[in-house]
Order: sequence, then C-alpha cells, then structure tokens
Amino acid sequence: MKTLTIDAKDIHYTPLNQQIRAAIADGAKEITLNNVLGQRFIGDGLRGDDVTITVNGVPGGDLGMFMSGPTLIVHGNADHAPGNTMDKGRVIIHGSAGDAVAHSMRGGRVYVRDNIGYRGGIHMKKYLEKRPILVVGGSARAFLGESMAGGLVIVLGLGGVPPIAEQGVGSGIHGGEIFVRGPVDNLCLGNGTKQAPVTEEERAMIRPIIEDFAQSFGIDSTPLLAAEYTRIAAVSARPFANKYTLE
Amino acid sequence: MSIGSTPLRFRVTIDPDRCMNCGRCIENCSYGVYRKEGDSIRINSRNCVACHRCLAFCPRDAIEIEEKPGDYRSHPVWTREIREAVFNQAKTGRIISGGMGNALPWPIIFDRLVLDACQVTNPSIDPLREPMELRTYIGKKPSSLSIRERPGKDVELLTKLTPNLQIETPIMIGHMSYGAISLPAQQAMARAVHRIGTFMGTGEGGLHQSLYPYQKNMIVQVASGRFGVDIDYLERGAAIEIKIGQGAKPGIGGHLPGEKVCADVACTRMIPEGSDAISPAPHHDIYSIEDLKQLVHGLKEATEWKKPVFVKIAAVHNTAAIAAGIARSGADAVVIDGFRGGTGSAPVVFRDHVGIPIEAAVASVDAKLRSQGIRNEVSIIASGGIRQSADVAKIICLGADAVYIGTSALVAMGCRVCGTCNRGMCAWGIATQKPELTKRLDPETNAVQVENLIHGWTLELGELMGAAGINSIESLRGNRDRLRGYMLDEGLLNVLDVKTVGA
Repeated sequence: MKTLTIDAKDIHYTPLNQQIRAAIADGAKEITLNNVLGQRFIGDGLRGDDVTITVNGVPGGDLGMFMSGPTLIVHGNADHAPGNTMDKGRVIIHGSAGDAVAHSMRGGRVYVRDNIGYRGGIHMKKYLEKRPILVVGGSARAFLGESMAGGLVIVLGLGGVPPIAEQGVGSGIHGGEIFVRGPVDNLCLGNGTKQAPVTEEERAMIRPIIEDFAQSFGIDSTPLLAAEYTRIAAVSARPFANKYTLE
Repeated sequence: MSIGSTPLRFRVTIDPDRCMNCGRCIENCSYGVYRKEGDSIRINSRNCVACHRCLAFCPRDAIEIEEKPGDYRSHPVWTREIREAVFNQAKTGRIISGGMGNALPWPIIFDRLVLDACQVTNPSIDPLREPMELRTYIGKKPSSLSIRERPGKDVELLTKLTPNLQIETPIMIGHMSYGAISLPAQQAMARAVHRIGTFMGTGEGGLHQSLYPYQKNMIVQVASGRFGVDIDYLERGAAIEIKIGQGAKPGIGGHLPGEKVCADVACTRMIPEGSDAISPAPHHDIYSIEDLKQLVHGLKEATEWKKPVFVKIAAVHNTAAIAAGIARSGADAVVIDGFRGGTGSAPVVFRDHVGIPIEAAVASVDAKLRSQGIRNEVSIIASGGIRQSADVAKIICLGADAVYIGTSALVAMGCRVCGTCNRGMCAWGIATQKPELTKRLDPETNAVQVENLIHGWTLELGELMGAAGINSIESLRGNRDRLRGYMLDEGLLNVLDVKTVGA
C-alpha cells in the first residue's frame, strides 16, 4: 500500500489539495496530513474510492465538499459544512463540527463523534442508490434536517447531552428521515413534520449504520442498539402542493 | 352568492367559409379549446390562452382569436387584472402563480434612450468593408501587467491571467433549466450557441447526457437546491454560475412541481421521479458576502482554478453595493437579472412588483465598481428584458460586458409569450415535459432559428457601432456619451449617467 505523509503547517489550501491530488494520481492510497490548522476545502472535488486521508489537526470549512469517493478521517474538530454537496465517500470526525454539516449532501456518509451546530443535514437528498447518511454521536442544534429532501440523519445523544433540545427540527422537510435516540419534545419539531416511535423494520434498517458508527469510534454499540428511537419525517412529500393558484 | 363566471379572456372563432374541417386545430391545441362533434369543430374559448398554435397551423387562416371580447366596466384603478386576481384568491385563498416575465405596463427605460451616430465631423465605419470587433472576454482582467523582456524582441508575461470565456458576440443565452423547459428546447439552443461561439446556461436542472457534446459552450449552474450538482457536472461546464436570485422572483426559491419531474428530469436533477424539486430561498451555506466567497472558492478549488465562476443576482434596490461585494468574493462575473426577467413559474406578486429595471441596475453597478477601482475584477452580464439588438447596444453603453437572452430565444423557437409556462402544457413543446408536446420541437430546425436570431442581432450591433464610428465592442462598453435620454427624469438620468437629448 502506497502511503504518504504531508506536513500541512503553513501551507495554503490550494497547494495542499494539489499535493493530495498529485499523490492520488501517483497511486497513494493512504495519505496523512499533519499539522492541519484551518485549511478550508480539504478533499474538495476529490475522487478515489480506495483512498483514505487522515487529517491530524483542525480543518477549515467545507471539508470534503463535492467529494466523490475518498474517506476523510479527522482527528480533531471540523469547521462548518463538512460533506457539503458530497457525492460519495466518508467523512469521519473524531470531535465536533460546525453549522450546516452535510449540507445538500447527495451520497456517502458523515459521522461526527461529538456535537454539531445549527442546520445539520440541511437539504440532503437521495436518488436511486445514492442515499446520504449523517450520524451525530452527541447533540445537534436547531433546524436539524431543515428542507431535507432525502437521506438519513441519526442523532444519538451520547455523553450525557440531550440529542435535540432546540426548535425547528425538520422544518420544511419533504423527504428522508431523522432518527433521534429517546423521546423528542413536540416543541422541537419544525413545520410540516411528524414524529413516531421506530418500528421494528426501521430499527433493523438503522442497526448496521449505528454499529458501523460505533465501530468507527471504538464505542460500545450495545446500549445504542437497545435504546428507543424516535423517527421524524415529513407530513407531506408535497409541502407546496396546495399553495398556488393559476393566474 | 358565488362569484360565477368572469368574461372570456379570448374568443376563438372559426370562419366557416374558410375552414376545411381538417382538424389540425384539434390536434395542435393542448389546452382543449377544440373538439369534434359530428362533422363540425366545436370551440370552448374559455380554455384559450392565445398561444396561437392553432392559428399558426391552420392551413386556411380560418381561425381568429380576439382578446377581451367582453370587458368589465372600465376603471383606471380597478383594472380587469386586479378584479380577476381578487376573484381568484377569494375562491382559492392561494398565492397566484404565473409564467414569463413582468406583466405590468411599467415604463421601459430602453425605449427612452437613443443611440448616437456620426455626421460630418467624424466618419462612420462600414462593417462590410472594415472588421468589427465583437469578440468579448468574460472574466477578471488584471489591474496591471508585469512583463519581462526576453533576449531578442520577445517579451514574457509574468502576470498570471485568470481564465476567461471567449465569446464571438456579446450575446449569450441565460439559464433555463431542463424541467422549466423541455430537452429539445435546450438541445436546439445548445447547437445554436455551439455554432455561433457563444454560451448558454443549464439552469438549476443538471446537464442532460445528450448535451455533453456541447458542454464546452455550457455554463453550469449551482443554485440553492444543488440539483444535478456533482464534480462531473462542475468539470463539464465551461464556467460555473452560482445563482443567488432571479429577476422574476427576487428573494424567493423555486419549486418544480412533481408533475414536471419525469424520469429523465429526475435523472438529470438527481432526485426521485415525481418528487417536488424545492430550491430554498437562500443557499444555506451562504448567509453573507464572506460565505459567498467561500462557495466561489470552493467551486474553483473543486475544478482546480480552471473555470470562471459567475454569481447571478436579481436586480434589487442595493444591487450596486451587493455587486461590489461580489466583485471582492473572487467571482469572475456578476450576472444581474432585471425585473423583466422571465420564469417558468413565479408568484405573480413577485414577478410584477419586486426588483428594479436592468438598465438602472447595470448603470449603477458599473459606476459603483469603477468608483471603487474594481471594475476589472468582474465582467457584468445583463439579463432580463433584452428584446432586440438595440437593447444590447444600449445596455453595453451603460456598462455591461455582455447580455443573457432568455425569452427572445424561446420566441425564436415559436413561443408566443402567452405566459402560461407554469401550466406545463406548452403547445409549442418548449415549457412542458409531456412527450407528445416536446416532440413538436425539432432541435435542428429550432437551432437554426435561434442561430439566425443571434446572427441578425450581431449584424445589427456591428452596424450600430459602425454608424457611431466605433469598431470595437470595447469602445462601446460604458460609453454613455453614445446615449441620450429622451423624456427621462433628472433623477434617472443621474443614475444612468446619461445626458438628455439635445444636451
């Protein structure tokens, strides 16, 4: 396996990404970036299904934006919108992430071990086999899954934090589903959403995803699999169906 | 008491002396005006939208369509349209949606501006005899050039240039998505721009596979729904456009109803068939100019800084200041869409009442960028309400680098501006996804028509320039001395920075 280590200290994001691209073109499969400090767009538009990039440090915004294939493992926190409009691949964050995590994501997985900011999973969408998945270990702030058109969000509330404690969850959702460990206060739900306890079928569907998440971070999945979950989804797939009349 | 029927908008009649009962009107009308009963053709005028499809294909000129055959009591305040909107909403309690562009009779600034020509003291130029330089470069220009002399007489350019789009005429076709319009309509325009050496926009609907051969003439759009956007799409386009707003509906998003999302549209947009495609009002990763810069740079980084990135905004009150922000965001061009810009569907209250005219917007943006010394940072593309070559010449004089046309390209393919694009029943096969209607367009025939239109305008533009003694579009750009305002008020003349006629 061809590996490469890049010291990202004081390197601007463009030459950093150029080095990553060149390494992948050269056949590197495992790339380690050390001393990452705020560089934005790491892995932006990058291809390579069998490539793993380990980021040691704190990457800047839009990590893995438009990415199509690689796995990004971050040992540290991430800034806003990791997985923005991502197509394929994985972003695994050993820490917390900022706002708009997985914004408009259309495929692949984003795992955040700890907490995320506002508007996580906003406008995620699904098409055929492309189904984006966002799993958050800790808590998510307001407007989780806003305008969601497809895909899957799971929030686990580990570490003694409530998974959801703020308003607007699923506001404007018209596709996809949000699973939250434990009960959800109706006051947290946005317009056009409904909640229900998970069915056995749904539990079976999220089980392998939770197991995979737990394994990624070395967490014991037993209590997570035994827990109760709430499913939040759209009341209607056509929220605008009765809004307009013809001129 | 119910509101009952309102007067007919159109009355359709068939002259029995001319009609030969061929039934072409029945076949062609997608709105259900005509039906056969026994040997005769019956008419339901209430369904007519005046798209003229029947009239265009009647072999005997037997059909007549009369607008407003019976009207209300005339009143300067309570117009027919106002009264019918009240009836409509009293019945439904909904938002009124409509197609095409602004339908209110606002004064048109273009029609109050006149162009200049040479007489005696400076000679005009004959474009037949002398070359007219209409080639335009869209993108950033360096504020200065750094050059090193090489041995001999050669020089080396040290300044790193930013990618520009080279267009052979300052006329491009704006963004009309697959979904809003049909695939054959996009195919026709793609062929036309490919042959002319100009560009067209994909709209926020992805890029259909059949358009890949023309991708070097396509500007791919990234809008708030991010439909059809992946790295392949971004790499295919010649440039990338971030759509912030649209002149026909500033400040709001878009909803493509599930009925228009057929299998092919679903594939191109990358959403499930039959689902509503909802573009939120804002990009949820852009809440500020700094965030816009982040997306501009994100797109450039994804495509390795090889492509210009445009930002399109609707023309609103503070457009000049907003454009100055965009010019500092790293964008290569700002597209300004005036309040006459077209749409597949928009709430009528927005289409008709929100935004400002393109003429004032472009003039103020150009002036603002020049005053801040950043005019070279972005090209200005004017869009929304460009109807003819004179409009192109005038808007370039007011500071635009190039224009986007939309409705005029559709009219070149047969559109009669009936304004019912939102209904998805376009009898011309343009604003519909119904296969029996879209097959009415022939991409090749319609490509020739669109090509002819742009070619004709380009010739006229050359003639206008020659008459003004100008042989390069560069000398026309921002050249307000070639314009005079006719019956414009002083405030507007100041905004346009144009003198009155006679001055």
